[in-house]
Amino acid sequence: MFEYAPAPESRDVVDLKSSYGLFIDGEFVDGSGPSFKTVNPATEETLAEVATASAEDVDRAVRAARKAFDGWSALPGAERAKYLFRIARLIQERARELAVLESLDNGKPIRESRDVDVPLVAAHFFYYAGWADKLEYAGFGTKPLGVAGQVIPWNFPLLMLAWKIAPALACGNTVVLKPAETTPLTALLFAEICRQADLPPGVVNIVTGAGETGAAVVAHPDIDKVAFTGSTEVGRLIARAVAGTGKKLTLELGGKAANIVFDDAALDQAVEGIVNGIFFNQGHVCCAGSRLLVQESVAEELLAALKRRLGTLRLGDPLDKNTDIGAINSAEQLAKIRRLSDLGEAEGAERWSPACELPEQGYWFPPTLFTGVAQSHSIAREEIFGPVLSVLTFRTPAEAVEKANNTPYGLSAGVWTEKGSRILWMADKLRAGVVWANTFNKFDPTSPFGGYKESGYGREGGLAGLEAYLDV
Amino acid sequence: MTTSLADVASSEAALRAFLHGLPGVDRVGADQRAAMLGTRSIKTTAKAQAIDLAISMVDLTTLEGADTAGKVRAMCAKAVRPGGEAPSVAAVCVYPDLVAVAAEALKGTGIKVASVATGFPSGRTSLEVKVSDTALAVAAGADEIDMVIDRGAFLSGRYMKVYEEIVAVKAACGPAHLKVILETGELVTYDNVRRASWLAMLAGADFIKTSTGKVAPAATLPVTLIMLEAVRDFRDATGRQVGVKPAGGIRTTKDAIKNLVLVNETAGDDWLTPEWFRLGASSLLNDLLMQREKLATGRYAGPDYFTLD
Repeated sequence: MFEYAPAPESRDVVDLKSSYGLFIDGEFVDGSGPSFKTVNPATEETLAEVATASAEDVDRAVRAARKAFDGWSALPGAERAKYLFRIARLIQERARELAVLESLDNGKPIRESRDVDVPLVAAHFFYYAGWADKLEYAGFGTKPLGVAGQVIPWNFPLLMLAWKIAPALACGNTVVLKPAETTPLTALLFAEICRQADLPPGVVNIVTGAGETGAAVVAHPDIDKVAFTGSTEVGRLIARAVAGTGKKLTLELGGKAANIVFDDAALDQAVEGIVNGIFFNQGHVCCAGSRLLVQESVAEELLAALKRRLGTLRLGDPLDKNTDIGAINSAEQLAKIRRLSDLGEAEGAERWSPACELPEQGYWFPPTLFTGVAQSHSIAREEIFGPVLSVLTFRTPAEAVEKANNTPYGLSAGVWTEKGSRILWMADKLRAGVVWANTFNKFDPTSPFGGYKESGYGREGGLAGLEAYLDV
Repeated sequence: MTTSLADVASSEAALRAFLHGLPGVDRVGADQRAAMLGTRSIKTTAKAQAIDLAISMVDLTTLEGADTAGKVRAMCAKAVRPGGEAPSVAAVCVYPDLVAVAAEALKGTGIKVASVATGFPSGRTSLEVKVSDTALAVAAGADEIDMVIDRGAFLSGRYMKVYEEIVAVKAACGPAHLKVILETGELVTYDNVRRASWLAMLAGADFIKTSTGKVAPAATLPVTLIMLEAVRDFRDATGRQVGVKPAGGIRTTKDAIKNLVLVNETAGDDWLTPEWFRLGASSLLNDLLMQREKLATGRYAGPDYFTLD
């Protein structure tokens, strides 16, 4: 038996402070709300105390952003680009520090924060830095909107920050960003990077806190643009709050993506794609391939291969370089995953997990798949946002499309077949913002991302991503 | 699922239909999987274990026109005692005319003598020559024969010819184990690698081997991954276990360990022994010894402290 010895990434690169304030007008300041704790979900150890921004704090941040807007938007695009390029390079230089901190605060494996999150963050800043002096060629005009209020989730804390801040700044907007309450630390380290890059004060402001702080950002009358990534439930509240105010809004919400495997697919790679689709980042991915639709003629073979593969997943310490599955981000999320999984069993689906020892401390859930799932089951309809895969079968391409589209969501979908014409046919029929062919959960700053239906509206990334931050 | 695959080779058409009916390999996905497994971090005790396992899996090889009996004897001495407390290697691999020398030098050590045969490395000769090349090597004392397939026949779709040659060479091997070299660098596509793997296994190969070492690219990680998937699936289908030997281009301990990780997470435990997995290499052994020493003492010793045989 070849056992891999523990290979933990060192925590020493991260200089954790015992408490963190807000980042307003280029300074770290105390918040006037009560501070809250952010914990390491893998151990439940408290990492730091973080300030809560009250409505007054949010107002100060918005005023700082408004004050900075005139100067920032008046800078030639090439000058704004210099700051963004500088930030991108600093992210690369401090990549290890950012990756370790992200894994500590979020619970995701260091392999993912190191190889996926942080490189994509830098790539996003590089990409939008390139647009800053070329806006007149993008087709959306060159006039920024003003102050953007941005609220981001806990699943990809730094990457979602990059998706929000990089295009906003490239277009000449200033921002007030609220990170999720369970994962504020990398945003605050990013604030430090903004200072290191000599970004003019007030261009980026970061206010921490829970839902109330987010609501204050969204409701502030001097915000011109609201961008939100998170649950459909909160997205609805935001849409309601913003309705009739003249604020521009983009929402990137939940999903219940179908990952569709045809019998002529490259099976070994399809298995990898299924694993990557639902177990990447513990399934805390809005575009996760949480519904596997597999053609009946190959279902038995594929499931056997999938189960064998799940047996090799390594769950444990997120900082261990060989860990594939890290911790669930919070006790609350764990409770939700447990509730929906129990419901799946109660409604008659068959539950399976590989032999998998869970650590005693922290929030953990084993990789799980459900077979015998019907469209009517809750686990086929509700977003679980965890490492839980529902397996359904189909007989014909038309049935696959019908089942895939039979959801209120429409963020992403995957198609696995060696037949090119079928890929194009499926992509045309699937009502999802992103359709991956023979891959899944593949991200690139040049590629637009966003949803249909209850998965939200507006696009982030690529040329299309500029539209959300320009006065078209 | 132990179906009989006896009829698969009953005709050219049946063989072709079977090989082309195997699931395809998506190059991007296979490369990605191999690259991801290449990031596994093998440290401390696991590294020590992996290094000794890798040494015990080495087919220590010399395949040069300039090879001599003296050179082969020296290599055999090193194969038995690579240095320090390191285990012996699995086999030495030489050209057929030096098999007798190696067999004599390794008598009683348990180390196998492997010989390339069948018009190695191009295989461009008649079946009669290939068969007698094999038989003579076995008669001279080879325990294992590393044959090459007819890539020209494979690429032009004459699978039956490739199949029949392997069957004939296997018969000529008698008790010797047969390793079938696919020369994946000339097959180019991963679909071809998978088909050639199955073809060789159906024809009776005891091992499938990536390359001769004379063609680049040789043993890349994705190719080894696909061959490991093939032996895994073949055993599921037939119950018969076939070994895998990546050869060519594996020069560092890191390369070797990446290969072991591939085995561990693809075919599994059953293949993690010298009986079922080999590393065809020449310069690799010294790097393994060097890393072994470093792990034991905490210091790197210079290349002069490691023998060159």
